[in-house]
Order: sequence, then structure tokens, then C-alpha cells
Amino acid sequence: MMRKLLLRLCGAALTLWLLVTLCFVLLHAAPGGPFDAEKSAPPEVVAHLAALYHLDQPLWRQYLDYLAQLSHGDLGPSFQYPDFSVNELVAQGLPISCLTGGLALLLALLVGVPLGTIAALRHQHMSDRLLMAIASISQALPKFVIAPLLILLFAVKLHWLPAGGWASGDGSSGNWRYVVLPVIALALPNLAYCARLMRASLIEVLQSDYLRAARSRGFGEARLLFVHAFKPALLPLIGWLSPALIAVVTGSAVVEQIFGTPGIGRYFVQGALNRDYTLVLGVVLVAGAMVIAVNVLVDGFRLWLDPRQRE
Amino acid sequence: MSERTLTRGNGPEPATLDAHRCQEVACGNILRDLYEGLVTETADGTLIPGVAKSWSHSLDERVWQFELRDDARWSNGEPLTAQDFVASLQRALTPQTAAPLAQLLSPIAHGAEIMRGIAEPATLGVIALDAHRLEIRLDRPAPLLDLLALPIAFPVYMPAVARYGAQHARPGNLVGNGAYILSAWTPQASLSLQKNPHFRDADSVHFSRINYIVTEDAVSELKRFRAGDIDLTETLPPQSLSALRAEFGDTLHIDPYLGSFYFGFNLTRAPLQNNLALREALALSIDRDILTRYITCLGEQPAYGLVPPSLRDYQAQSMTSSTLTAAQRESLAQQRFAEAGYSKAQPLSIEIRYNTSTLHRKLALAVAAMWRKLPGLHVTLRNQEWKVFVQERRQRAITQVFRAGWIADYNDALSFLDGFVSDNALNNSGYHDAEFDAFLSAARQLPIGPQRSALLQQAEAKLLRDQALLPIYFYTSKHLLRSGITGFAANPLDHHASRWLSEDASTQTRSAATP
Repeated sequence: MMRKLLLRLCGAALTLWLLVTLCFVLLHAAPGGPFDAEKSAPPEVVAHLAALYHLDQPLWRQYLDYLAQLSHGDLGPSFQYPDFSVNELVAQGLPISCLTGGLALLLALLVGVPLGTIAALRHQHMSDRLLMAIASISQALPKFVIAPLLILLFAVKLHWLPAGGWASGDGSSGNWRYVVLPVIALALPNLAYCARLMRASLIEVLQSDYLRAARSRGFGEARLLFVHAFKPALLPLIGWLSPALIAVVTGSAVVEQIFGTPGIGRYFVQGALNRDYTLVLGVVLVAGAMVIAVNVLVDGFRLWLDPRQRE
Repeated sequence: MSERTLTRGNGPEPATLDAHRCQEVACGNILRDLYEGLVTETADGTLIPGVAKSWSHSLDERVWQFELRDDARWSNGEPLTAQDFVASLQRALTPQTAAPLAQLLSPIAHGAEIMRGIAEPATLGVIALDAHRLEIRLDRPAPLLDLLALPIAFPVYMPAVARYGAQHARPGNLVGNGAYILSAWTPQASLSLQKNPHFRDADSVHFSRINYIVTEDAVSELKRFRAGDIDLTETLPPQSLSALRAEFGDTLHIDPYLGSFYFGFNLTRAPLQNNLALREALALSIDRDILTRYITCLGEQPAYGLVPPSLRDYQAQSMTSSTLTAAQRESLAQQRFAEAGYSKAQPLSIEIRYNTSTLHRKLALAVAAMWRKLPGLHVTLRNQEWKVFVQERRQRAITQVFRAGWIADYNDALSFLDGFVSDNALNNSGYHDAEFDAFLSAARQLPIGPQRSALLQQAEAKLLRDQALLPIYFYTSKHLLRSGITGFAANPLDHHASRWLSEDASTQTRSAATP
């Protein structure tokens, strides 16, 4: 078991190294530099900035310096935001992305699983068709459509919630209000997918031979559902959880941009546009580490749920 | 007493709050609240005494003396002295500070040499005569008062810089001398400022708290204004002016702004190099009234010159074609195009490059449609991501016609014309004309006045005669300001320090309730 774990960790470290290397090369190969601007600074200033950020060094040297820096847990200074280090920006943005992403996924599960279950139990009935039609629409609607609609309804028309932004960080009350709309916008497509997946999976389990046998032995429907059907029906959902969590945490750039939520997705977009090499590398590294960590966790969870896989 | 809060949209995340490294609007807005220069601006942009209560200068305007206020204080209560300005101006010009706009201070004696790293900062022509008297010596005349009101000339608190380095501009570390103190900064979200009790004129400052909201996208900012989250927007997305007026009434503020939008020509390669007739034909083919009325929509003024008409003490120049009717221009364009050697039998392909933006795409499409009326002219459009666009434009290797624009750093025609001087790093078109360079060189040696203005006007006229650029429109500033807020005034640089704003007594209850 320990050997397996060690192998897994080595594999993870190798993956991260490959990811950082590839990203480093691609970023530096992209045309345009961090200090290209409409009003570009005088050559002396640009030269000094290049020296300050070691951009005047050969690329291989910059790469080795960056790796050396990384080995100390230092993601470097931000090119675009010189008042902050990348560590600080990531430390500020990651909890926000995790909060909105985590809440969105939780909401998707808390609503999607019961809806999927109801649809499965009411298979082929009107309510099933209606639920699945709504789910299909929610899933098909892109986030850049959902988000403005939510703003229009809940902020502009009803004035219930802010149209965007984030708590100012000075201890103002009512911070939760900024979270609601981004979470709903992030949750809706996942909720729909979750409901569809749960429905399909539960229908399959409910029609399986062992459930039929149990039913013939006189078990009640409630016991059949909650004791025998529910757990195996959740397995595909568990498999989906890992990419879904990663997607909502790291891939929420559109929602963060529309609501002005200061998560890491926004840093990634801004960093890439500004050629802020260290910021992009930092976000990619953190996102990569999260992907690996979540995969390991989900594998563990799957083992716990499915005893056959332990053997 | 309840807290009076003003919430302002502020565009993208400010890159820095280090006054000397700031070069964009987003940080400039905040820095004008956090600091005050020797000279400052009223709500309508008039230059007035700031930390300096008075000043005098020599006849040739090369030696200036400033008398500082006795009650000038840093936000930590320490006295602000002339020596603080000496140290700050030296820092702004030191290459290690990497101040992008340091060249604005290059007229100060030895400023240019210090900026290049060939002179010591201590040699800068800024001397503290005593604690409250400062002398600034210039190598050449310059609009010094305008320059001293810019963030690059603000005093920074050197003990904080020495102690915290790049982090001196953080809440808790930043010591300023303006009407407000930085109290919180959530990157990519918002900044909060609290009233500075040590500000020399604190009693006149109405709002006790200012929230600057990062509003990356103008459409989202507008929604937030509609939702009541923002009191003052930074800008407005392009849309029908009449619809905006109908919806917002007197909360809508659209005013002239010192900015020009134009298309640049690459004058270093064919087909636009050495082909005045072609450039003129292209300029004549554009109907700027249509572009401003149906595409930019927000009160922009059609431009036939580079320097906007709202510039102080300057007679803006126009292309000779500005007085012609649309039909006359079209006819003349066909004629000049033929003279340039092109026709259906001798076709020409021209490419317009622009950076990703809906407005830029619409403008390029419309211009291309207007140009296609010239027989034999094929126009292609190339959209590029910002960094790629600015890099390729600067290299002048593959561009032909490119989107360009300029927002003045200060109220002076030089700010616009400098970018066309032969050896200027910002000369993206590669314009090279000895007469133009000579006009500017001569103007630089003169104090502000009619003679200098005349030379600058001659330089602009020459630029337009040479069809070195294709002016499209002059920018407007666009804001929405919540009803009840007073003290807001139009000004050509679009500077609106929060200290001038206040609100009617009738609307103060709402402000107190704003979280």
C-alpha cells in the first residue's frame, strides 16, 4: 500500500514538472512580452525591468532559476502586479475559487441527486420528461447566458443581490450576498448533468437482476432504493465528481469575469493576456496539483464505496 | 455620525499603487485620492496650489521656487517637507524604480541623464532650500505645473519604501498625503479608502469612505450601476446615446476628453510609404460622421486632426478636406486613388490590423466598407490579441494600417505630437520628417505661450499635410453618476478626485445604508 502511494506521488511530481516545463516553454514562445503596452516605457526602463525579472537571461537559465525558486515554494513576483507576489495572489484567489466552486458542486449534488432520483422513480411519466427537459435546457445554456440573466433578474429587477463584485475585505457585513449568484451560475449546468446522470444510473440499477431478485423476495421499495440501489447508482456520479470539481474550481473564468469574482480563474485569464509568466505558471501549477489531489481523493472514495475494487 | 460612502467603478485592476510606477487610468484615479502633489487640480481640471501654497519662476521659466504649506502632513501625522519632494522626484527618475512615465520629468535638470543611468540621482535639479521651500531647475522649459500634478511627481513616503520595498503600497504600509488612506485591497475585486484626518483640508472632504470597484467589463459595470451597487461608473459600453439619455437622464455625463482615435499608417514600407496620394485617398474615403453617429455612438466628435479641440491654449489643426461635403470628398478620393496609380486594372490590397475589441472590429469593418468604394481596392481585416498587436505594430515589419489612439498624459499638444518624432520609441508609423522634428525641437526650447503653441500648431499641420495618420474621432469621457451626488465637473483629462464630490442632504440616508 505504501509502495503504491509512493509511486503515485512520484508520478504526480513528474506530471507537475512536465506541466510546468511545457507551460514555461509555451508562454515564452508566445509573441508579445509582459512589458509591451500602448505607451511603452523608455528603453532604459524596459531594460531595467527585464533585468529585474531576469528576462535578459537565456531561456534555459530563466527556467533553471524558476525551478530553483519553486523548490523553495516561491512562485515568484507578478510581472503585472508588482505590489504582490504570485504566492499572495494565488493565496488570495484560490480560497475564493474553492468556495464558489465547492458550494456550486454541493448545490448541484444536493439538488441534482434528488431530482435525478425522482425522475428515475417516475421513469417515463410526465414529471420525468418535464424534469429532464428542464435539465437539458440548463445544461445546454452556456454560463455567459445564465450569468447575465441571473444578474438581470436578481440584481437589476428585484434588487435582492449585488450584480457582482466581492466583499471589500474590510470586514463589511453581508459578504455572503456576493457568493449567491456566481454559485448558482456555476451550479446550474452541473446540477442538470448530475440529475441526468443519477437518473440514468438509478434506472439501470433498478432494472438489474439482483434488484429484481431482491424485489421478488419481498423487500419494500424504500429499502430496495436506499439500501440496495442507491449506493451502486452513485458510483458513476463519484467518477464524475473529480473532473466536475476541478472544472468548477479552475475553469470558472467566465463566471468570475462576469461577476467580478476575484478567483484564480480570473488570474489565469488576466495573466495570460498580460504575459504575466509567473502568475500563469503559478495558477497552472496550483490547478495541476489540485487535479492530482482530487483524483487521489476520488479514487480513495471509490474504493470505499465499491469493495470489489479493493481486491 | 454615519459613514458616508461613495462607490466608484474603476475599470481593470490597478497594476500598482506605487505612485511612480503607475501608468494607467485605474491606478491614477486612486492615487489622486491617496496623494497630493505640489500642484493639484480642481474638479473642473484647473491647476491650483496643492502641497505648495505658492510658486514663482524666473523669466525664462527654467527656475521655479515653491513655498510649501506649513500644515502639510503625511497620513501618519509626520510633517511633509521639501526634502520629501526631493527624495521622491529622485526616486521617480532612478532607473531602478522602473517608472514607465519617468520621461515626463526629463525636463528637470539632469533628469534625462539620471533616467538613463549616466548621472547620480543626487544631481537632479530639485533642491530643498529649507523645510518649506523647494527649487526646481529645468534643462528646458516645460509645462511644469501640469507635470507636478501627475502621480509620477507625487511624494512617496521614503521610510515606507525603504522598509517594505514593493509592498510599501499595501494597506497599513502606504503612507500618503492625500484626502484618503488606503484601508483594504482585495486584488481583482475592490479597494477601500478611509478619510485621512491629517489631510490639510480634511474638513471639506465629504465622503468618509470610498470604495473602488474593479470593473473589468463596461457592460457588467453598467448592470451594477443599474442594480444600485455603484455610484459613479468609470465608463460606458457603446450603445445608443438616445436610449441612454432616456434611461438615465441627468445621471449621464458625456464630455470632451483629451484622447484621439486614429488609424496609423506604416510609412516604412510599401504600399503606404512614399505614396501621399494613396494615403490621402484613404483619408478622404472615410465618412467620420457615420462612424461617430452609428458605431461609437457616445457623443464622440469626428476628427480631422490629431490634437483634440478641448486642449488648453491651442488652436487644433484640421485636414484641408474637413470643410468638404461628403460627395466632394468621395469624388476627390477617387481622383487621388487614380493618381496613386491604382484602379480596377491595377488593384491594391490593404490590411487593417486591430486588437481584439468589439468596437475596434465594428470600426474596422465600417472603414473597410468605405474604402471598398475605391475601384480596385481590396481590404482585409486582421484581429490580433493585444500583446501581439502592440509588438507587431512597434516592429513596423508587417503592418500596413493599424488601429491607434492616444490619451494625453497632461494638457499639452506635445503629449500628442511627441509620438511622431523620428527617434521616438512610440513612433509606430515610422514617420520621419526633419521639418516636423525641427518644429518640436524649437517648441521645446520655449516657455508656455503663444510662440510655443504656434510652433506646435505648425508641427501638427505638417503632420496632417503629410497624411501621416488617419484621424477618426476624438474621445469623450463617459460616466453615470448617481443622482444627488454633487461636485462632479467635466474636465478634459477626466480626473475626478473624490475629495470634490459630496451629496445632497436628501440622499445621505441612502448612502449611510449602503454596505
